[in-house]
Amino acid sequence: MPRKVHVQTTINGETVEFLCEPRQSLLEVLRDEVGLTGAKEGCNNGNCGACSVMLDGRLVNSCIVLGVEIEGKTVETVEGLAEPGKLHPIQEIFLEDAALQCGICTPGFIVAAKALLDKNPNPTEYEVRYWLAGNLCRCTGYDKIVRAVLDSAQIVSSEVGA
Amino acid sequence: MSEKKEYKVLGTRPIRHDGVDKVTGRALYGADFQTAGLLHGKVLRSPHAHARIKSIDTSRAEAHPDVKAVVTAADLPTAADKIADLGEGAVNLKYLCDNILASDKALYTGHAIAAVAANDPHIAEEVLELIDVEYELLPPVLEVREAMKDNAPLLHEHLKTDAMGEKSEKSSNVASHFQHKKGDIDAGFAEADVIIEHDFVTGTVHQGYIEPHNATALYNPDGQLTIWCSTQGAFAVRQQVAEILHIPVSKIKVVPMEIGGGFGGKISVYLEPVAALLSKKSGRPVKVLMNRTEVFEATGPTPASYIRVKMGATNDGHITAVEGYLAFEAGAYPGSPVGAGAMCIFSPYNIPNGLIDGYDVVVNKPKSNAYRAPGATNAEFATETVVDEICENIGMDPLEFRILNGAEEGVSRIDGPVFPQIGCIEATEAAKEHPHYATPLEGENRGRGVASGFWFNVGLKSSVAINVNPDGTISLVEGSTDIGGTRASIAMQAAEVLGIPAESVYPTVVDTNSVGYTDVTGGSRTAFATGYAAYEAAQDVKQQMVERAAKLWEVNSEEVQFADGDFICVNGKDERMSFKELAARLDEVGGPVTGRASVDPTGVGGAFATHIVDVEVDPDTGKVEILRYTATQDAGKAVHPSYVEGQMQGGVTQGIGWALNEEYIYDKEGRLTNASFLDYRMPTCLDLPMIDTVIVEVPNPGHPYGVRGVGEVPIVPPPAAIANAIYRAIGVRMKELPMSPGRILKTIGKI
Repeated sequence: MPRKVHVQTTINGETVEFLCEPRQSLLEVLRDEVGLTGAKEGCNNGNCGACSVMLDGRLVNSCIVLGVEIEGKTVETVEGLAEPGKLHPIQEIFLEDAALQCGICTPGFIVAAKALLDKNPNPTEYEVRYWLAGNLCRCTGYDKIVRAVLDSAQIVSSEVGA
Repeated sequence: MSEKKEYKVLGTRPIRHDGVDKVTGRALYGADFQTAGLLHGKVLRSPHAHARIKSIDTSRAEAHPDVKAVVTAADLPTAADKIADLGEGAVNLKYLCDNILASDKALYTGHAIAAVAANDPHIAEEVLELIDVEYELLPPVLEVREAMKDNAPLLHEHLKTDAMGEKSEKSSNVASHFQHKKGDIDAGFAEADVIIEHDFVTGTVHQGYIEPHNATALYNPDGQLTIWCSTQGAFAVRQQVAEILHIPVSKIKVVPMEIGGGFGGKISVYLEPVAALLSKKSGRPVKVLMNRTEVFEATGPTPASYIRVKMGATNDGHITAVEGYLAFEAGAYPGSPVGAGAMCIFSPYNIPNGLIDGYDVVVNKPKSNAYRAPGATNAEFATETVVDEICENIGMDPLEFRILNGAEEGVSRIDGPVFPQIGCIEATEAAKEHPHYATPLEGENRGRGVASGFWFNVGLKSSVAINVNPDGTISLVEGSTDIGGTRASIAMQAAEVLGIPAESVYPTVVDTNSVGYTDVTGGSRTAFATGYAAYEAAQDVKQQMVERAAKLWEVNSEEVQFADGDFICVNGKDERMSFKELAARLDEVGGPVTGRASVDPTGVGGAFATHIVDVEVDPDTGKVEILRYTATQDAGKAVHPSYVEGQMQGGVTQGIGWALNEEYIYDKEGRLTNASFLDYRMPTCLDLPMIDTVIVEVPNPGHPYGVRGVGEVPIVPPPAAIANAIYRAIGVRMKELPMSPGRILKTIGKI
């Protein structure tokens, strides 16, 4: 077995160190070494988006990034979105709009939606659908998810404007 | 119709109780479970679709220093032919055991052969290569009509056909043949002015839940087995594992973790007994996770089918007779949902004469399993397409025809049962009155289609306990795993009884040692039956609280009434107390109040839906685009309308996937060639418009609040509605699912 590699990185604003095998994916590392299980494995080959995280500000499927690749980089996961005592507006709106059923895809959708709104605070319905096409949901038919992202955009952009 | 009841909690849209955990990534699903000393298991699977297992040599794997346990079918107790009822369908235990770990034959690619446990999941996976299996290859049979032929290769040498109660002499892949009859079909067809008959083929499709199967087991030295897993039914897991491993149910505790989708596919056990055996051998907790390929290859998809429908009608639009023939692929072991398909196939209609034949046929594919309204989507795709052609022939509006012939209270299905109060016609009328239906659809290669669907609700057993907290809230303990918001819909029914807000209920889904027996979350039963248990448990609380109020006021309990959330003294004393005020004073009059109920309700309602869809077909690529979609459905009483709409939208979308893209594609040797989310193409949000929903409420007389199950029926109409829309768009009748671009181009002669 290859020796484990020491990795130092920033996850949700905190410096984190861990040892990982070169073959372990970022998803495995987050879940099994760091203990952040919000990112989920749905397919393990980049097709479902349930493991979505931000890597240096870019939306990635953590199942197809290696753990050793995040040395010196910045990772944001769903666990880092809420502030103490306060959900992120996207999380709040997902609840209000009933934009989840089983919830397994929800962390991935919320991370992906935040990535979209960070770039484009006022997306059209088509832009939302295009951006989220990398995230599979099998329960909702996407209707309430797309609405929640559009509703979040209004709140996020009004907060930014204020 | 009777006046609509006024409710305070039902029909509102509170935030679901488990919501914050699910949007913050804190909710713990099966794969998230961790415990000290955890080992990781992996399963060796057959690369062949049909092979005799001549030998399995695990010695090289066992010798590996990191391997803690290896198991094969030899580690399972001998299974006898025995039928176990698992809540949503009976299962033969011999077949169930052979499906867990193959004993003599591998019957599909992906069939489990052996399993190992090691400290590390990657090592466990590598070690699988050290297990030597000698196979004798046999020819596979991969399609239902091929499997029914006299000279077809046999999967089970001893399987005889159960032909309407009689066993055949010869062995066969046909496990059973049954028939339903009503009236006189010869006379019925003789009355018809128009008769349409077609045959239809549907592909094998998977439920496609995003969370793969998982199980962690700990077999303690005292024989106590604990299993943590994502399942639709913790008690169903307990019972299956008890039967498979020959241990009493009392020795097993199943802890249901959050579940990432099921749709019928997470009722049968696959990994749980394997994890238990590995734990027993290693003395350590063992977690086994499937990857996506394993989910596709080795869990239960819903079957491919061959269906023939013949329907006769008069020129003035009355159906006179029907004939249906359904042959379903059970997969490797008997037990397809053909029985349910045969009960649903003509059920949205009032038909005087009918004959239905059903065949359950084994093929070299994974054992099929329930998938949302199992059997109904296949069957009603055929019927609803034929109905559309009849309407075209007699020049009648297809919704008008459905209303004219619609099933209603007192009508008997072809298979016998008589409908109670149902909303079949009301749901169709709602579609007809919807602006979508009146809006002209313009443009080339565009068409509008409609279709209806029926699916049962089941009742089954549920238990709920309620504890009253001194701050006027209640904790609600239930056994129904929450897949789509049922904590909320169950809690709301208790809240309605007690006159408290939904937010004052704290629901918890607990393990099998902590609540009374509860059947699976399936069969559109949870909001109905567990909701019923919550209603009864709340009534129990209410009665006890009445007695406590009487004690406080020193009156007889008959002199206390509960109305509008207040306990009131009605003997002239001016006493009044809210639920909250009384809850704070329970210690003065006897201590805590706990209510409980276990129910097995029989007053199930049927669920009906009618859908309208507009499509555009690209004649160059064969791609079908969904332009607009409207779904109507009778919900009885929509407890939490947002989650009823969500069920409708989700069911529609799965139906769209089934209609347009999804199918298992096997090569000639029986290897699944598209076992990934890239190649098994489920709808993404870019493939869809918003899904408009109309909830119709025709109360179910069998539930105190009129609740019907809503989860399953919305998957039924989409394939037929889309096929009918494609016909209007490009003039061809599609009779095979999925209606993928290639099949469309083939049908219009482009390739």
